[in-house]
Formats: sequence, structure tokens, C-alpha cells
Amino acid sequence: MAERLLEVNDLNVSFATEDGIVRAVDGISFELERGKVLGIVGESGSGKSVTAMTLMGLTRGVNARFEGEVLYKGTDLLNVSDRDMQNFRGNELGMIFQDPMTSLNPVYRIGEQIVESIQAHEHVDKRTARRRTVELLRQVGIPNPESRVDNFPHEFSGGMRQRTMIAMALSCNPSILIADEPTTALDVTIQAQIVELINRLKDEFDSAVIFITHDLGVIADIADEIIVMYAGRVVERGSKRDVFYDPQMPYTWGLLGSIPRLDRPRPERLHTIEGAPPSLINPPEGCKFRPRCPHAFEKCREEPGLENRVGTPGHLDRCWLDVDFKLDHRDETIIGGSVEAA
Amino acid sequence: MVAFLIRRTFGMIIVLLAVSFVTYLIFFKIPGGDVAGRIAGKQATPQNIADIRQKLGLDENVLVQWWSMMRELLSGSLVSYYDQTNVVQQIKEGMPETFSLCIGAGIIWLGFGVLVGTISAVTAGGTSDRAITALALIGISLPVAWLGLLLRYFFAGEGGAVSWFPDGGYVPLVDNPWQWFYHLLLPWFTLAILFIGFYGRVLRSNILDTINEDFVRTAKAKGLSSRRILVKHTLRASLIPIVTLFGLDFAAVLGGGAIITETVYSIHGVGYYAAASIHQQDLPPLMGVTLYGATFIVVFSTLVDVAYAYLDPRIRLT
Repeated sequence: MAERLLEVNDLNVSFATEDGIVRAVDGISFELERGKVLGIVGESGSGKSVTAMTLMGLTRGVNARFEGEVLYKGTDLLNVSDRDMQNFRGNELGMIFQDPMTSLNPVYRIGEQIVESIQAHEHVDKRTARRRTVELLRQVGIPNPESRVDNFPHEFSGGMRQRTMIAMALSCNPSILIADEPTTALDVTIQAQIVELINRLKDEFDSAVIFITHDLGVIADIADEIIVMYAGRVVERGSKRDVFYDPQMPYTWGLLGSIPRLDRPRPERLHTIEGAPPSLINPPEGCKFRPRCPHAFEKCREEPGLENRVGTPGHLDRCWLDVDFKLDHRDETIIGGSVEAA
Repeated sequence: MVAFLIRRTFGMIIVLLAVSFVTYLIFFKIPGGDVAGRIAGKQATPQNIADIRQKLGLDENVLVQWWSMMRELLSGSLVSYYDQTNVVQQIKEGMPETFSLCIGAGIIWLGFGVLVGTISAVTAGGTSDRAITALALIGISLPVAWLGLLLRYFFAGEGGAVSWFPDGGYVPLVDNPWQWFYHLLLPWFTLAILFIGFYGRVLRSNILDTINEDFVRTAKAKGLSSRRILVKHTLRASLIPIVTLFGLDFAAVLGGGAIITETVYSIHGVGYYAAASIHQQDLPPLMGVTLYGATFIVVFSTLVDVAYAYLDPRIRLT
């Protein structure tokens, strides 16, 4: 069995705001082993980014409250001091962000920014750090890295900047790479390249990846396990196979139905999940997805637990609907109403 | 870069000519602008006035008048209407005192402004931030003349409550560096306090904006120390707008803009000379001082643009 790098147990993150307490993450648990890719999927405001930032200690602040455990190789990162957390950030856990256009400092050269990251964690001289930087840029596919290393970020395209961010995140050989919507701001043609790059580098650097996205299609190829989040909670969790081919939660159906697919008859229009995610200050009682769920019934006023209901080990969901009922009805959402017409 | 500087030099010359011409026109439009009448005195006959007018060249076309005064000014031979002193000579004599005042004050206000703004932003919402904000607003609101007189009243000279400082005056740096410093300390702070408050406020809000930038989050995610994030990433970006402010403010005081401070502390610099010329409605010195001040403004605004291109690589000089 591969080395277990990360174990998150019942993590709760809440923020005190003027309007009340926002429960941004409400009881998420997962494990991550070396060499694996964990996908976290959900809409804006589902808590996926807050989860990722919390792993890095980036959500710390006077208004933030944390409960649960984030065990990295046995150390609870929630209890590590701010100063010690610096040794984990960048060194043990690397992170890349959504918008590569604004994530690099515009006034420093690409090389300087990566060298700075290396020298923050390792006592190496500038020349060594620079040589490694050039090598990293080559590994992420930047052409002519020897000269490109002295470019400024504005001289790079969006895709190249995201490659640079990946090089920077991997510069100190972190065990875990956290990618927070790394492809959302990029052209579709570049998206696939970046996903492929992350997947390849994961093996080269022998690390694990947490890949956060709102688009299930993006991680279809690379995720080993998928967590679907809604309103701060995990609503479905399982292997890629479980989530794509045997989804148990109507919310997951909605996400699957909203991916454009070329391998199926084209529906009249792509599925949309009606309504907006609920307030995290006063969430609805019972199942959080109930107000938007087309199949909600009386029992949904009670909160369903995250349990194994379908029989496949490790496949958990939060839905009261009967398993057979779901089998009959989910394709309406996932594939669309035009199946008969086609 | 060379093309930029050549183009800007042309632009500067045009601006300076325009400034001097407008100044010339304004002078004759303000009440009491009839120079010949005032020089001739109360008992003058119309013939006296006409003679003076002719002597000063005031019966010529206004463009010709202006240009002949500019030629005298640029050749260094322009003299005052009243005491016949050489304008360029007077400005040159005032420059060491003005430069001593302004360079010292500039260092103080930039240094303290950055310090105060940074502390305020880092402790935003806390006690030090509130205290600094209150002090900064007081500093911005204090009239310089009042503050200068008050400081003199309490701290300077034999009549002061405590006689820690000399009561105005100026000692050249080359004569006695300690006395130079000692005489200028109060004027420096008097001139700097307004700017410290203002720069502190501007920098505070710049830093608080920059702190939320994605690249600052990236710096944090790299595992940099909070000190390094503040100095290398946050402060570096936040200081760029301060450079503009400082360039133009510093040029204005060097160019004779510290009129009140120079007057209150009897520093006979360019500002003092300007104040005296305004008082006497003496056109030649006013033209000289205006052109001198405008030169600093246009030169420093070009320097600011060059500094910008250096500080932010995205900017190209064109």
C-alpha cells in the first residue's frame, strides 16, 4: 500500500462575518496517498477552495475558526504555528491558483520568482537555484528556458504563466500539489495540456495531487477518487468509476449533465441546475440540495448522513432516494430529455 | 529611451514658454498691474509715466515685451523694477537655502511617511492604526504658517517656552555643518508634517489593496516569511504611486513652493524671494521664480516617468 500523505478528519472551517457565521466547510474527511489524484468538484461557494486554502494555512485569520484534523504525515497542520507553517508551504505542499495572469508578481522576472521559492526552503546559492529553475521550466514545457527565465510575466501567455506557476509549486519537490481550478482561466485547448502536464509531473515528482474544479469533465481522465461538495458538505464521494458511471446524488447528476459531450446524442440544450447555491449563514434544513432538487420528497427535510448506500465499498452519498428509483431516473438529467427524440 | 527624452525635452521647452507667457499676461491683468504708474509715484505727471513706460518697453506689442524680458532673463541680465538687483543672481543666492530646507524635509517626509503608512497598514483596525490615522489627519489639517509659528513660540529662541532651537535664520552647510543642521531641524519638520500625514494615508490604502492581490497570496503559498512578503512583494508594488507623489511634491518645494516655511523661519531661499516679489508686485523676479519653479516641475515629472518604467517593467517609455 502506498504511503498515506494526508488524512483530513471532519474538517470544519467557519468565518465570523458582519452578517453572521459562515460555515464554509462543514465536516469534510478524506485521505490521500502518494501517487494518487483526488478531485474535488462543486460550484462556486461549495467550499472546495476554502478546503484547499485551509490545507495550506492560507485561510488563517482573526475571523476564521477551525475544527477537526488535517494530518500531514502525522502532523496536524491546524495546530502548527504560523511560523512553522512556512516550512510546509511550498516545501511539503505546493499550490497553483486559478488565474495565472494575476498570480505572478508583475515586477519580478520569472526566474527570480522561482529562485525565491527554492531559496526560501533550501540553503543553495543563487547559481544552483537558477540552474534548477531552468531545468524546472524545461520540465513544464517552456521553450528556450535558458533565455525565457529572464522574462517578465507579462511577456508570457496565460498557458505559459500557468506552466510557470506549476514549476514554482514543484520547485521544492512537495509531496502534495494542490491545484485550485488551474485550468478555469485558460483556453480550452490549453486546459487539456495543463491537466496532462500535472498528471505527468505527479509521477516524475512522485507526489500526490488535489485537483479542484467545477468541471467534472476536466478531471475525468486523471482523478483516482472524486469528492463532490455542495454548500460546504461532501455530498458524494467515490472512485472515478463510481461517480461517473454510478452517481447517487441528484446534484452529481446535474454536474454530469452540464458537461457537453460528443459521444452522446446531442440534447436540445445542456442541463442546468436551477437556482443558486444556498446561503452558508442560514443553510436550509435537512438536505442542503433539497430546494433545488427535482426529486426531493418529505424525508429530505431530515439531513441524510454521508453513508454507503449503493453496495460498492467506499462509495458514499447523502441522498435519501431509493437506489433503484435513482437508477431509473438519473439518465433524464445526465443525458437529457432528447434521448427518445434522437 | 533616447527618442523619449528628446521628445520630452521639446515638450518641456514648449510648456515653459507657455507658462512664462501666461504669467506675463496675468501680471498686467491683476489690479495694480500698471507698473509705470506705481514706479512714478503719487505726484507723477502723465509725461513721467509715459517716459517710464517707454523705458521699460511697455508701449510695445505684448509679445515683443514678453520676448524681450525672456531674452534678458535667459541671458542673466534681467533686473528688478524696484531695486535693480539681478534676478538670476538673487535666485542663485536663494538656492542653497531652499535646497537645504527641501532636501532635508523631503528625506524626513518620505522616510516617516513610508514608516507610518506601513505600520498603519500592518496593524489595520488596531490601536496603532487608529492612533496613526488620527495623528495623520491632524498633521494634514495643520496650517503650515500656524504650526511654524507655534513651534517657534514654544521651542525656539530666547522668548520660547524652552529654548531648544535657534529662532529662525540659516547657517551655510560649509560654514558649520552642526549649526546648519541645528537651524534647519524645526523648519524641516514644519514642512514635512503635512506630507508625512498625507503619504502615510495614501501608502496605507495602497498596501491594503496590494495585500489582496493574487501574487501576494502566491508569495505566501511559496512559504516566504511574512517580513519578506511585506517588503519584497507588498511594499514594492505599493510604493510605485508614492514615487509620483514624491517627484511632483519635491519638485514643487524645490522650485520655491515652500514659501510659508521659508518666511516663518526667515530662510532667505527662493520661496522667500518669491513672497517678497509678490508683495512688491515686481514682475521681473516673479517671471524668474515662476520659470525656475516650472522647470523643476517639468524635469521631475519626466524623471518620475523614467522611474516608473524602471519600477514596473510592463511600462514602456514612448
